[in-house]
Amino acid sequence: MITLNVNGRDLKADVEPDTPLLWALRDGLGLTGTKFGCGMAQCGACTVHLDGEPIRSCVTPVSAVGSKKVTTIEGLSADGTHPVQRAWEAEQVPQCGYCQSGQLMSAAALLARNPKPSDDDIDKAMAGNICRCGTYQRIRKAIHTAAEGGAA
Amino acid sequence: MTAIGDTTRDVTRRDFIRVGATAGAALTLAFYLPGCGPAETAGKGAKAAAAGPAFEPNAFLRIGHDGSVTVISKHLEMGQGSYTGLATIVAEELDADWSRVKVEGAPADAKRYANTQWGGAQGTGGSSAIANSWEQLRKAGATARAMLVAAAAAEWKVPAGEITVANGVVRHAGSKREAGFGELAPKASAVAPPADVTLKDPKTFTYIGRSERLPRTDVAEKVRGAATFTQDVQLDGMLTAVVAHSPLFGGTVKRFDAAKAKAVPGVVDVVQIPTGVAVLAKSFWAAKKGRDALQVEWDDSKAVTVGSAELSAQYADLAGKPGKVARKDGNPEAALRGAAKVVEATYEFPFLCHAALEPLNCVVRIDREGCEIWNGEQMQTADQAAVAALLGLKPEQVTLHMLYAGGSFGRRANPKADYVLEAVSIAKAIDGRAPVKMVWTREDDMRAGWYRPAYVHRVRAGLDRAGKPVAWEQRIVGQSILLGTPFEAFAVKDGIDFSSIEGVVDLPYRMPAIQVELHTTDPGVPVQWWRSVGHTHTGYATEVFVDELAAAAKKDPFAFRRSLLAGSPRHLGVLELAAEKAGWGKPLPAGRGRGIAVHKSFESYVAQVAEVSLNSDGTVKVHRVVCAVDCGIAVNPDVIRAQMEGGIAFGLSAALYGEVTLDKGVVQQTNFHQYKQLRMPEMPVVEVYIVPSAEAPTGVGEPGVPPIAPAVANAVFSLTGQPVRKLPIRLQRATA
Repeated sequence: MITLNVNGRDLKADVEPDTPLLWALRDGLGLTGTKFGCGMAQCGACTVHLDGEPIRSCVTPVSAVGSKKVTTIEGLSADGTHPVQRAWEAEQVPQCGYCQSGQLMSAAALLARNPKPSDDDIDKAMAGNICRCGTYQRIRKAIHTAAEGGAA
Repeated sequence: MTAIGDTTRDVTRRDFIRVGATAGAALTLAFYLPGCGPAETAGKGAKAAAAGPAFEPNAFLRIGHDGSVTVISKHLEMGQGSYTGLATIVAEELDADWSRVKVEGAPADAKRYANTQWGGAQGTGGSSAIANSWEQLRKAGATARAMLVAAAAAEWKVPAGEITVANGVVRHAGSKREAGFGELAPKASAVAPPADVTLKDPKTFTYIGRSERLPRTDVAEKVRGAATFTQDVQLDGMLTAVVAHSPLFGGTVKRFDAAKAKAVPGVVDVVQIPTGVAVLAKSFWAAKKGRDALQVEWDDSKAVTVGSAELSAQYADLAGKPGKVARKDGNPEAALRGAAKVVEATYEFPFLCHAALEPLNCVVRIDREGCEIWNGEQMQTADQAAVAALLGLKPEQVTLHMLYAGGSFGRRANPKADYVLEAVSIAKAIDGRAPVKMVWTREDDMRAGWYRPAYVHRVRAGLDRAGKPVAWEQRIVGQSILLGTPFEAFAVKDGIDFSSIEGVVDLPYRMPAIQVELHTTDPGVPVQWWRSVGHTHTGYATEVFVDELAAAAKKDPFAFRRSLLAGSPRHLGVLELAAEKAGWGKPLPAGRGRGIAVHKSFESYVAQVAEVSLNSDGTVKVHRVVCAVDCGIAVNPDVIRAQMEGGIAFGLSAALYGEVTLDKGVVQQTNFHQYKQLRMPEMPVVEVYIVPSAEAPTGVGEPGVPPIAPAVANAVFSLTGQPVRKLPIRLQRATA
């Protein structure tokens, strides 16, 4: 049994210490918003925040998490109104939606450290997140929209 | 573990609601339309229409006491916007309040939910969702509206003709009365559905063509991580299965030793199935570790051991020999002999993997009453029939719970139900003792085959002295997707699979003589349709060759195309719009080149102009893509724009990087580090323009894909003078 601080709460997960955080969240805690896409930090679908930093939970064993605070898409905001979530709705970003939890977590982390990112900043911060549906143009626009506080 | 004998349908329903995939609302009224299924197939609680013998009920919407409108989608939502598009059509004719419209996936039921373009089968593909539902759903919405109006007229004792409906409110201006759909629903359910309804004049549409009012129905849950995909289903007592597959296509299990796998904490069982050995565990991670520990010896005696280089040589050889004639007009041989100039080129296309971001998976529960499947299903009734056959059940004993698919691009429409049957085989192998979620890893997904087939095209054309084409000959070499599938009778004629030649056999350019030939190969690699199917290679070969021909004729590629498209006004329409918006002919910054391509697929017409430059390492940078699309009436323009943007990105991944290779039968690409995808920094600026049209709407899920690779290749050609005859345009492989 391992205790993880997830979305502000201490939760117990019955998982082995080598279990990637992704699977502790999904299978151990029933938090399925964080997705499995590649298992080797290539696609970014599993992105969560660890003490505010975006990490790939598919290659992060729970033993390495310790007491650090984990934030998942379910905890990004209480009611789905984080600026990136509102901007994603305003720009109608998602298609299949499977990668979007990871995209949103990467974008939220970018804006937290860089409130007015340039296109180059966005390229660098978002290059680790694959979208097979090709929503990149809308993601870029939505990040700018969120940065400008523009999504009503 | 849940004992199978205790499993009841009530548990099933409870679990299903728990995973969040049903609307859950109390819905009491159902409108069943005269359609194509017998009355007795109407669902529980439905009030069947008093239909004549030629009419059968067909359910596409429900209205709740609370006024909510639930549109039942017979099509999978895999990102292409089908739920939103179909709901737009219903909401338009119903005059519903869009904010109260939600969408639910239909169960597998060919009688009510067949794709009207697919004979009796229910399924999503060929960009057909909107096209095949257009009339059906307009009537569905209009019939419901007429019944609500009739109910209000009776209640208020006013003529139905004086009643108006707007935004979910039914009104009678004269008596200043109004009511919501929810209030009228119980009374409307007692009204006999009209035999015939008048559909709206498109000029009066308030939703169709007006996307600024219509957000997608699935966005809110998708930005909250709350949308349910197959990967997210959790059932009581469910086990996760990870399967060891043969590294070679056609390999089988000789023997296996499960001792070490069973020693992994959490592993519950290890079972042999027709396609390999499945490790079942209480979690994915335990199942994966179990599989890593499993020892399997494979029997390769019947396995495919071909290599890509060998195949490439075989195909090139065949391209030099006459194939089966798929089309012949005029006398191309004589015309070529008499031509002032003959141009010839051979194009080569690799295998491509779908690589949807949600790796394949499927959830199965078998119990005494039958089998339940939870899946983002692309071919509902064919898969249902395949599962029923495997388990010795009747199709109606196989219940399908439709979920969102995290992409598919055709892969979840497997003609042999491969991954669905694998999941069912696992549940069967444990005698249904527990529900099973089969999860493929990325590596499983990428190495499983069912690729876009590799192809070689040899094209020859002759020009007269004025540079006008006199003949076109195209020989295609590659695997058939449809031979040996349930669709063979449909699409294969005289040994010619239409999906191998589509996009060439209907070449839009005016040619005095044309011949199309096909060699169908059979190297044993499992192949399948991949977003835009045959057009993925035919669109490229024809459009790149047209540029080569234009160059030989010393003509501008846009002007050359225009001169040959007089008989194809819709091709011409998108071509001219794209060229105009892209500023065709206007100067570009140094080092940049433009390329143009136009292609019709699935009855939609798309032209694209790509602006590219070459990076110092020789790779291609695509800066801007201007896209014009004519898909008839634009039901939901923002979804259309999104599909063009997405189709371009998808096509660019393939054009710049996509290639699955085989070495002695072993697939060399295992994950995204070797099967590279377009990422944010490589995404060009995309501009989409929609041609205004009064034609019936056609699809947009696929047609954005075919023109992008040739547009980019033609832009490269304009910069280098070297035609790009092999895809991907430039390999960029991550080094280990």
